[in-house]
Amino acid sequence: MLCAKHKTGLVFFPAFDWAISPTHPEREERLLYTQDQVFEEGILDIEGIEEYRPDLVNVKDVQRVHFCVPSVWDVMTESHFISAGGAKTIGMAVMDKRIERGFALVRPPGHHAMRVVHGARGFCNVNIEAIMIEVLRKAYGINKVAIVDTDCHHGDGTQDIYWHDPNTLFISIHQDGRTLYPGSGFMQEFGGPTALGTTLNIPLPPKTSEEGFLYVTENVVLPILEEFKPDIIVNSAGQDNHYSDPITNMNFSAQGYAKLTSLLKPDIAVLEGGYSIEGALPYVNVGIILAMAGIDYSKVKEPDYNPDRIRQSKDITSYIEKTAETVLSLWDQRVSIGEKFRGKDKIAERSRRLFYDTDNISENQNESLMVCPDCSGVLKIDSTSSRGKHILAVHIPRDACQACKERGYEWYDVKPHGFDIKFLQDRPQDKYLEDHKEKK
Amino acid sequence: MIIGLDVGGTHTDVVLIGDQGIEREAKVITDHADLFNTVLTGLEKVTQGIDHQKINRVVLSTTLTTNAIVQNKLAPVGMIVAGGPGIDPAYYRTNSHYCCVKGSIDHRGRETEPVNHSEIKQIRDQFQKNGIRYVGIVSKFSVRNPQHELTINEILDNGFDKVFMGHRISGKLNFPRRITTAFINAAVYPIHKDFFEAVKRSLKKKGFTMPIHILKADGGTMSFDSSVDHPGQTILSGPAASVMGSIAFASRNEENLVLDIGGTTTDMAVLINRVPVLNPLGIQLDCYKSIIRSLATQSIGIGGDSHVRIENGELKVGPERRGPALAYGGPALTPTDALVALGIIPELNKDASIQGLKSLSETLTLSIEQTAQKIVDQTCNEIVKNAHKMVREINSKPVYTVHEVYEDYMVKPKKVLVMGGPARHFAQNLERHFNLKVKVVPRWSVANAIGAALARTTCEVTLFVDTEQGTASAPEENFSQKVSQHFSKEDAIKIAYDLLRKKAVRQGADPQDLDMEVLEDLEFNMVRGFYTTGKNIRIKVQVKPGLIHGYDQISKS
Repeated sequence: MLCAKHKTGLVFFPAFDWAISPTHPEREERLLYTQDQVFEEGILDIEGIEEYRPDLVNVKDVQRVHFCVPSVWDVMTESHFISAGGAKTIGMAVMDKRIERGFALVRPPGHHAMRVVHGARGFCNVNIEAIMIEVLRKAYGINKVAIVDTDCHHGDGTQDIYWHDPNTLFISIHQDGRTLYPGSGFMQEFGGPTALGTTLNIPLPPKTSEEGFLYVTENVVLPILEEFKPDIIVNSAGQDNHYSDPITNMNFSAQGYAKLTSLLKPDIAVLEGGYSIEGALPYVNVGIILAMAGIDYSKVKEPDYNPDRIRQSKDITSYIEKTAETVLSLWDQRVSIGEKFRGKDKIAERSRRLFYDTDNISENQNESLMVCPDCSGVLKIDSTSSRGKHILAVHIPRDACQACKERGYEWYDVKPHGFDIKFLQDRPQDKYLEDHKEKK
Repeated sequence: MIIGLDVGGTHTDVVLIGDQGIEREAKVITDHADLFNTVLTGLEKVTQGIDHQKINRVVLSTTLTTNAIVQNKLAPVGMIVAGGPGIDPAYYRTNSHYCCVKGSIDHRGRETEPVNHSEIKQIRDQFQKNGIRYVGIVSKFSVRNPQHELTINEILDNGFDKVFMGHRISGKLNFPRRITTAFINAAVYPIHKDFFEAVKRSLKKKGFTMPIHILKADGGTMSFDSSVDHPGQTILSGPAASVMGSIAFASRNEENLVLDIGGTTTDMAVLINRVPVLNPLGIQLDCYKSIIRSLATQSIGIGGDSHVRIENGELKVGPERRGPALAYGGPALTPTDALVALGIIPELNKDASIQGLKSLSETLTLSIEQTAQKIVDQTCNEIVKNAHKMVREINSKPVYTVHEVYEDYMVKPKKVLVMGGPARHFAQNLERHFNLKVKVVPRWSVANAIGAALARTTCEVTLFVDTEQGTASAPEENFSQKVSQHFSKEDAIKIAYDLLRKKAVRQGADPQDLDMEVLEDLEFNMVRGFYTTGKNIRIKVQVKPGLIHGYDQISKS
């Protein structure tokens, strides 16, 4: 009889009544054939695989991570409360040791959602992994978390949220930003001045196949994880690196995804993108579930799988080997680079223009970070969107020192203020404030 | 008039029901070595002197197939299994003649690898050489497209007594459970067929010509003729018989819990507006996880005769039964003795019970009465705890739409129906522990036989429509039809109901008495590129389990 080596939990929430729009890739049908395959394989009958019903996240869970403009209710649909809730359900089951590992097979996804949310970017409104991680930090007191994002698109939202957090290692493996949305995720994106080296990007060239993905996993990701020693490993398990995905250009496979999962051994996996809904998702998801549970997946192959047809060229192999070397040397030099980067400035500033492709919104951000020697530094964001809202957002990090805590409240209490909304995230006290300008 | 007969572990109960209610009832000791004789004796007892023409049906609930499986008295079977991509079907091996073969169908029912004819021919010859007469054929996704199972069956070329194909078993997706169920069907087929043919023959000899129906695990019945194609559906019908017997006393507009408290075990089920809750996938018997429709029931090792003792300084009740209560000359202390000692069961031999409680009361440093009460409380507590657990499990069934998450319908029983030997004596104490009204089912001692007699014929149909491929199909019903791009969900429900009606009548239902409902109606736009290319519709309909019309009052008499 089949039996899971690792007790594995599953939340399966296909949101059969939710879509961005009727013909959008993120539509009702997306996980239909995956459900068919999972049911027909009898996966939920396997001893040691347990299905959970998703809980909902609450507003505070979202506020802990995001500044939602104008409010949480305005940027989230019911389905987002459930998909983030599904991730939370799995995370809590792992922390409670009811399961050893878990996979939240949920939609809609979240890894393009940044700290400030004016609307949807890259099919994402809120970052479901970050919401889950911060719930777990609050409820179970864990500190060091590693997120390995294996979606084909750069996880720019997760990167943004953890850019200044030295206790969250974010590694994204994705198709090179010069050839794909969102156009970021280059090696030199390496974390903010107080968290250098805990953001790592591994951009891979189009047509990278199993060999390339597994090479960087074994030679870059695993050694770095080994050194970082996270309390938990989260995998943002996008499945659009598949050779049949309609909106990307990679050559990964179900066998590859399953092997990658066996190597990575994530405590929690959360589904992200993946839009080859018939040819890839049913097989990739079955492969990932079996790999997590430690069950033989050797026969999980797409009907048209032909490793020779998708094998990567020698040029690609050597290009990837060079990329891997660069990322590793960046990681090794993170401390010395960090010292150089910090310079003498007490406050580091950054201005950005961001685009929300799904909702067609543009945003201008000016960010100020207190480059603090004692903590990761209080952060202030001044943001204006093309929808006309001008906001101030202040983030006091979990590890904030006394001076940064006070500085945070000073920044928030600025008077008179010309903002439509002011926000404060006081993470040490788990307190969240909002101040909406009164309508004249 | 209708006869209901339920073969139980110790007794076989029989009732004869007429227009005015129960006309006769009888109990015979079950002889597991000779079930045939048990059944015939039972039938004879209630039919003596009755005009044969007046009996229009007999419903039997037996332990025949269940025992055959538990005792591993199974016929040799040959299994042919076509898996394709996914979990290796070798892991689902049911028996020694189990062959994994080439051929695969994908989730939309498209062939991705053909059947290899010479491979099947070799297996056929091998099976025949080994004297195998019953065969199961199951291919993955055969519920989407049965072609491979049909092709393999053709290659077998009528070389076997009976062949069971996966797509005829259920419309539900679950390949391993279809494999198991096909195996069970094939393995119990000869015993089942021989037994009921023998019953039929001897009834005929005695002048009875009424149709024989058989109770299923889902609390419904089917005719003997259709049971030959689904013999596995007769397993574990016993708990279903009791639950059906309680329905007439359940509330029409609320949720009730049903407890059948026996000597060794307590069986539990939930009724919603008089309709029993079904197990979402299928019944499990021994190590076999099947796709056989069944009531959601739970059995725990607590009953009137459970062994009561102190273990590691703690009071323990069950799950073992050593024998009857001390008060009835048994070997060990039981919850029944506690009830006797408390005077709840008026029993002459109260002394034996009190004597048995003595050493416990000393260990626990409680009075005899306190000890007895503690035993009753713990027994009730175990029952309540497990009942709540069962309700929780029903409520934690996963849902897959935003609507269902937010609607969040939760079962919350308002009343408890109890039956079985010791049930009425526990009623008062149970009421306190449940904090709910507890009602003893009248005629509880033959409620199971009444349930069998009055159960309606039930069945289920799954229809799958893919307008991009232009097909509507229900392989289970051997149904397939071309459809246009304009085919709608309403059209699909109409076809599904039509198939269901035909199936129910074929299995012995009264066409005037079909309580049908839609269990699932999902419709998806299929988008390829940026265009809608078709619709994917899934419909599941059923005839609800319940009592046959006209008799739902009578069982109260």
